[in-house]
Amino acid sequence: MPPVTNFTALQAESKADWQTLIQSQTPHILIGTATCGKVSGAMSILDAIGMTLDKLGLKATVTQVGCFGMCYAEPVMDIALPGMPRISYGFMTPQKAGQIIEDYIINGNPRPELALCTIGQGKVEGIPTFEEMPMLKGQIRIALRNCGHINPLRIGHYIARGGYAGLYRALSQLTPQQVIDEITTSGLRGRGGAGFPTGQKWQFCRDAKSTTKYVICNADEGDPGAFMDRSILEGDPHSVIEGIIIAAYAIGAAEGYLYVRAEYPLAVSTVKHAIDQARQHSLLGRNILGSGFDFNIHVKEGAGAFVCGEETALIASIEGKRGIPRSRPPFPAVSGLWGKPTNINNVKTLAMASYILDNNAATFESLGTEKSKGTCVFALAGNIRHMGLIEVAMGTPLKEVIYGIGGGIPKNKSLKAVQIGGPSGGCLPADMSHIGLDYESLVQSGAIMGSGGMIAMDESNCMVDVARYFLSFVQAESCGKCTPCRLGTRQMLNILERITRGDGRLEDIPLLESLARVIKSTSLCALGGTSPNPVLTTLRYFRDEYEAHIVEKRCPAGVCKALISYTIVNQKCNGCKLCVKACPAQAITFAGKRQPVLLNEKLCNRCGICLDVCKLDAVAVS
Amino acid sequence: MSIKTVPQDMLKAVIEGFGRDRANLIPMLQRLQEHLGFISPQAVAAAAERLGLSESTVYSVASFYTQFRFKPVGRNIIKACRGTACHVGGGERILSELERQLGIKPGETTSDLEYTLDTVACIGACALAPVVLINDEIYGRTSTSRILDAVARQKKAGVSCACRP
Repeated sequence: MPPVTNFTALQAESKADWQTLIQSQTPHILIGTATCGKVSGAMSILDAIGMTLDKLGLKATVTQVGCFGMCYAEPVMDIALPGMPRISYGFMTPQKAGQIIEDYIINGNPRPELALCTIGQGKVEGIPTFEEMPMLKGQIRIALRNCGHINPLRIGHYIARGGYAGLYRALSQLTPQQVIDEITTSGLRGRGGAGFPTGQKWQFCRDAKSTTKYVICNADEGDPGAFMDRSILEGDPHSVIEGIIIAAYAIGAAEGYLYVRAEYPLAVSTVKHAIDQARQHSLLGRNILGSGFDFNIHVKEGAGAFVCGEETALIASIEGKRGIPRSRPPFPAVSGLWGKPTNINNVKTLAMASYILDNNAATFESLGTEKSKGTCVFALAGNIRHMGLIEVAMGTPLKEVIYGIGGGIPKNKSLKAVQIGGPSGGCLPADMSHIGLDYESLVQSGAIMGSGGMIAMDESNCMVDVARYFLSFVQAESCGKCTPCRLGTRQMLNILERITRGDGRLEDIPLLESLARVIKSTSLCALGGTSPNPVLTTLRYFRDEYEAHIVEKRCPAGVCKALISYTIVNQKCNGCKLCVKACPAQAITFAGKRQPVLLNEKLCNRCGICLDVCKLDAVAVS
Repeated sequence: MSIKTVPQDMLKAVIEGFGRDRANLIPMLQRLQEHLGFISPQAVAAAAERLGLSESTVYSVASFYTQFRFKPVGRNIIKACRGTACHVGGGERILSELERQLGIKPGETTSDLEYTLDTVACIGACALAPVVLINDEIYGRTSTSRILDAVARQKKAGVSCACRP
């Protein structure tokens, strides 16, 4: 094995730079500018920071970081003063940001009432620490280890926090087989959804006889409701790139592809920048770190097809064809891209692989359950207080995530269901919240881990409508190659649409169940095979809602347009005219000052704008 | 009409940046759309010739992916996110109201070429649902009335793009 050079020097230099940054005597201001931050206005906060610093004549280092996971509090700004822990402030506005900088840096008042938590050693009176913060308590961050801590555009930040040490260890101390053995020992399973053992997958590809092999990172996160891959690529791209290089070394590939959605423009540009930087530091390209190992990564932008998340469809797309899956075997490990052995892993899997190589298998293996090791990342969204990205040990009970980390359901409503795993997953009712979040328990409940989207739903969500929504998604995204998926899901969607219109028949329920069985067992790929899951789980746990739609022609949650009507609660309405102005159908008329408005049901198109604008809760849905 | 008439040599310049390998088909179509706003019949023909494929093959690939469009787009592109979190948060109501107000369905453009209405499967900002994109600006934690207001404001101001860096 040729000697690996340069890395220790690079590491020492990066660590020294990092120490200078975090121990510097000038204040350090960090701002989350991932997509979620930008959507909430982080760029205007960044401008305000610059203007405030100029105005006050202050010197400070400003670093743009990725998302820490607390998306609900975006935009988030952190301030670290010398000798003090970093303080995180949420719900920023340009005014607030300027005021906090002045109050804290100039006058020494950390404004605890505006702070979310402190990060790092030490405590500030009145502010919870990282470990005490409800949303962060109980999290173990492996795939998200650097998100929100480092500037994703600076490779040195990543290296200073232990980055590329796993690759260095692999290249300098381990044979490819030993790398695979370590991954196998760690118990890492594919985080893309199916949970296939990663070590075994790498082994298949290594054992395949061919001089040309490929590694692909599947970053085509098409699952509606999941955004963890985007967040990792935007906040810590090098952890994924390092994982790809390690995988390539293990299986013997000289070329790799990162297939990323074009709908994530920030992730695409961050990743491209990171790849260039890795190449400049001899971590990619010819003769990596002097080890004699050559490897290159190409970035391929997806073109908007959900089915391309399926590995054989993804391969077809890279080859410049329609993204249509093919039957397996042969598996990609034997015959993949251009007929050569190909290994495909998800973003999270690769980010975890680089952690495992740096921290050894035992640390990872000690987390989780007997069969599901390590941690899982979830994107919490829907009707829940703390929306954002979390990472917990496998097997953590669902209720701990919803009520502990997620902070429960807002507006005094109660949890009705949790949708896990996107269009391939299922809806679990509130009384199932004791189940553990690991591959086995989820499959038993009828849902799946999927890519980890988790949508909380309260009593204002109709489960029949949710099932219809997922079916319409699958119907739109089906590639059309196999009949069960193309026509079967069409039939299921027709039936569900009929039920939500109030034209359902009792025999529709057994018909849906039999269609689901056929589609599940005869579809070509997992998109079709798992598409009935949302219908099956809602039928299993919320059958009474289907029956209310069919028999009583009633939508209990007040969602399905054909079955609801809006009324004005006369006791509550004071005739403020907000809804009169907003109503696009001119269905509401002003009756007089202090008198309730009048709603013409014939004109009403049930768009719900009146419900949105009413501040008095005077619009009722029945 | 804001659609630029694209000189043939510009089309050529885009295409010549790519090798003759079929794997370049999708990236080539993406660049062409970036320049033209849509995939025109001339673009299909040029791509087919460059890669040695039939025009129907190029069209069959392009039409498979939702990113590609074959008609000119409006000056303003409004995209409603159809992700689960957006659906749960009332995204469908926003979309149907936009359809009503603009008088077009997703994928269509108003006859004055002012607006194109479209949907996106999920833009991955689920924590800020419901989300609507107007040109390059993302409106998070939004509502039907806020989006209609934003559209109305643009109509009034006559601005063609509300993008910001």
